Amino acid sequence: MKQAITGNAGPKVRSDIEVTLELTDSGGIELIVKSKVKSMYGNAIEKQCRDLLEYFGLKNARLHVDDTGALPFVIAARVEAAVKALSGTSVSFLPEMIAENEYVSSRDRFRFSRLYLPGNNPGMFLNAGLHSPDGVILDLEDSVAPDKKDEAKILVRNALRSVNFYGAERMVRINQGERGLADLECVIPHNVHLVLIPKCENAQTLHKVDEKIKEIKKREGQPETVFLMPIIESAGGVERAYEIATATPNVVALAIGLEDYTADLGVQRTREGNESLYARNRIVVAAKAAGIQPIDSVFSDVGDMEGLLNNVQSSKAMGFEGMGCIHPRQIAVIREGFSPSSDEIEKAKKIMLAYRDAIDRGLGVVAMGSKMIDPPVVARAEKTINLAVKLGLLSGKWSEEEVTE
Amino acid sequence: MVKNAAGRMVPDEINGREAIPFQGVGKHRPSGRKYAPPIPTCIDYPEDNNKVVASLREALEKCGLRDGMTISTHHHLRDGDLISNKIFEIAASMDVKDLVWLPSASFPCNDPVIEYLGNGTVNRIEGSMNGPLGRFVSEGRMKGMAVLRSHGGRVQAIQDGEVKIDIAVLAAPAADAFGNAKGTGGPSATGVLGYAKADYLYADKVIVVTDNLVDLPCFPMEIEGNYVDYVVVVDKIGIPEKIVSGTTQITKSPDRLLIAELTASFLEKSGLMRDGATMQAGAGGTSLAIAVYVHEMLRKKGWKFRFGFGGSTKYMVKMLEEGQMGYILDAQAFDLDAVKSIEQNPNHIPYPVFNAYNYHSKGNLTTMMDIMILGATEIDTGFNGNVVTHSDGLLLHGIGGWQNCLHARNVIIPVPLFRDRIPVIVDRVTTLCGPGELIDVIVTERGIAINPRRQDLIDSVKGKGLPLVTVEELKETAERICGKPETAAFDEKVVAAIKWVDGTVIDAVRKVKS
Repeated sequence: MKQAITGNAGPKVRSDIEVTLELTDSGGIELIVKSKVKSMYGNAIEKQCRDLLEYFGLKNARLHVDDTGALPFVIAARVEAAVKALSGTSVSFLPEMIAENEYVSSRDRFRFSRLYLPGNNPGMFLNAGLHSPDGVILDLEDSVAPDKKDEAKILVRNALRSVNFYGAERMVRINQGERGLADLECVIPHNVHLVLIPKCENAQTLHKVDEKIKEIKKREGQPETVFLMPIIESAGGVERAYEIATATPNVVALAIGLEDYTADLGVQRTREGNESLYARNRIVVAAKAAGIQPIDSVFSDVGDMEGLLNNVQSSKAMGFEGMGCIHPRQIAVIREGFSPSSDEIEKAKKIMLAYRDAIDRGLGVVAMGSKMIDPPVVARAEKTINLAVKLGLLSGKWSEEEVTE
Repeated sequence: MVKNAAGRMVPDEINGREAIPFQGVGKHRPSGRKYAPPIPTCIDYPEDNNKVVASLREALEKCGLRDGMTISTHHHLRDGDLISNKIFEIAASMDVKDLVWLPSASFPCNDPVIEYLGNGTVNRIEGSMNGPLGRFVSEGRMKGMAVLRSHGGRVQAIQDGEVKIDIAVLAAPAADAFGNAKGTGGPSATGVLGYAKADYLYADKVIVVTDNLVDLPCFPMEIEGNYVDYVVVVDKIGIPEKIVSGTTQITKSPDRLLIAELTASFLEKSGLMRDGATMQAGAGGTSLAIAVYVHEMLRKKGWKFRFGFGGSTKYMVKMLEEGQMGYILDAQAFDLDAVKSIEQNPNHIPYPVFNAYNYHSKGNLTTMMDIMILGATEIDTGFNGNVVTHSDGLLLHGIGGWQNCLHARNVIIPVPLFRDRIPVIVDRVTTLCGPGELIDVIVTERGIAINPRRQDLIDSVKGKGLPLVTVEELKETAERICGKPETAAFDEKVVAAIKWVDGTVIDAVRKVKS
């Protein structure tokens, strides 16, 4: 008898469900529900399972579920994945798209912090948005075991419809190659704002992804653009950074992944990071030249907040405009690190006031005290001020307030 | 059965004694005189005041252990308690039946008592029931009806004679031969013995059990030898690493930390945080995280809490040592840093619950607390709280000091909106432990709900960027995410009575449907 097992169970698993499905020839539906929340949701789980089997047209089957408090969208994804594994049906069961999930993103929004969520661990999805990352990445690639790829894709699709991410940019990291294109088929219709393309080597890869997305969007009658963030993780990718950054107008950011990059070079990844200095510089320059955001690699020691802050500061100093997070506690440190400091803002304010004063007085040269200020310095100060205003660190009317004080 | 003032059906008789239904907060005023133990005479005690006997068995025999007696213990040895189970093992070997156990709390290490409940040695437990013990009671397998009281309620019941302790068996980390005892010193230090006071003052017979006999006087004594009948010396009263944790840990869960941050932010923006305020928070991971954030806030502002009430932890000790807290008044120490601090810091003062939580006291410490951080298994839209059962109806926690602490000026309950799929904010709590009029603020990761009775608190944080919601909105959000839960199914049989701080019955726990 063919059997499919999807989902997760075990002593450490929470908010998930393991589904074991067998198709039988007769005897109707045999359903056994084991659940940690049986006294409160036993009937609801049983009804949902029966409804799903009926929806997929199964009349004879043996279904055993081992539940640790999975929410309905998880149960639906697990059962669908099991049915698909056995019957190969292309029918999908889409949970309701909640109204809170219909927001759009924009090209130049901040991408300081983006939180990686392993695509097959539903327990981590629910509160992700509450930690206020700029983006959430539902990951179908490296954090998902090879034999769990198919079910993760369905789970992520359901999460995109059912889970409130509280305004975070909705990102999906797809797999490489053909599997990645299949991932797009599954997730793109469900308001994905940005797709991360791992181990990106050349512009061609991006063209394929872009075309595939266009094709799906057209078919679905959905107009929105989906932004792209290629991740460069190899020597070849670094060499072609600018080509990748400019491959399509939908590329909004260029990220670097240092674990794979250092592996490709055959060197150790160190804390100091000398081995990747060139690559990181190259990514920043290519991104800036292309007018997009350069994004740094994740900091993998989640217990070391001081190390993270140092890392963010050096990252910012190199020109990066964001970094991946693998734990919600990293978000605040990263946001704070990439935001202009109060010293920087104060200095920028002084420069801008001196500049405006010089313009008002018709002077050709801007001076602060005895120091001459060059135009690029003014331009940089203006960038800092704009950033501070956008982040809410400074009032948009700061210069008027400055005068009245 | 009778309907009480909170609308709950409760038994009017508990284990053969008449019970008074809950009348409302501060409504019940018993009269008469306090219970008193029999009058002893000093000539019945050895002139050299050496009360040491050879074994716990001998002490129990000399105390006249027999059927139907009430035996009390304290819980300072926590999960490392090696004495309580021993009492019932001895009683069983003496073929004594139908004992009542009155612990100030029970722990997983007390699960063996199930055997003595099963063989008739113990009739019932009047105290907290956790884990397998709670399940045993919830399934209706205990002979007598369980009675759950708060720490203060236990003192109240002892003082007004609702419970008469025949023998108090009090483990002590240090004691002298006269029976003076304290919580510090020796291999099994607990720091404080704040839960033993009512027991030694009111029990007919008092046995002190120690693994650290010191020369008289054992000073500063928390148990006074003048009240003690026998002293027993054993090899070990407890397993040290299970008595106090080597180190209490703040939560690592990002979601709990988020709730802690929101709570700290509420305390700041509401103005409840101020120089000279008083605060109490538990030893749970979220409470500890709140303590850390609060400490940082005090340091930045140059403020100092006038005092904090324990259970103490290293985080509180840090506030004391670094000058952000004037005193710690302490009924129990949770970790080694706290134990050490009690020994060494004169501003870390043992303070029994007898004096802090008791309804029959001429005033209590709790009503002086500005900021009270508490937990709950469920809160309903009327702000009523449950701490003893889970939503599936199983008894899983004791009341502890929770009910007593509700009398603080501002009661704040940081809880997740749901645990796995189980909503914490519900229509109606499964078991009512605390009336909603005493619970002021619920802080969840998805918003803060302030009790409409506290318009002053609502006004204090209006327009200050906090995610304020109504408790109904919280409940709806939980149900929208989790689905509407079925309510647990119960049989008619009452397995446990929940007492309010004044000794009235606020709710009853029924047998779960098998």
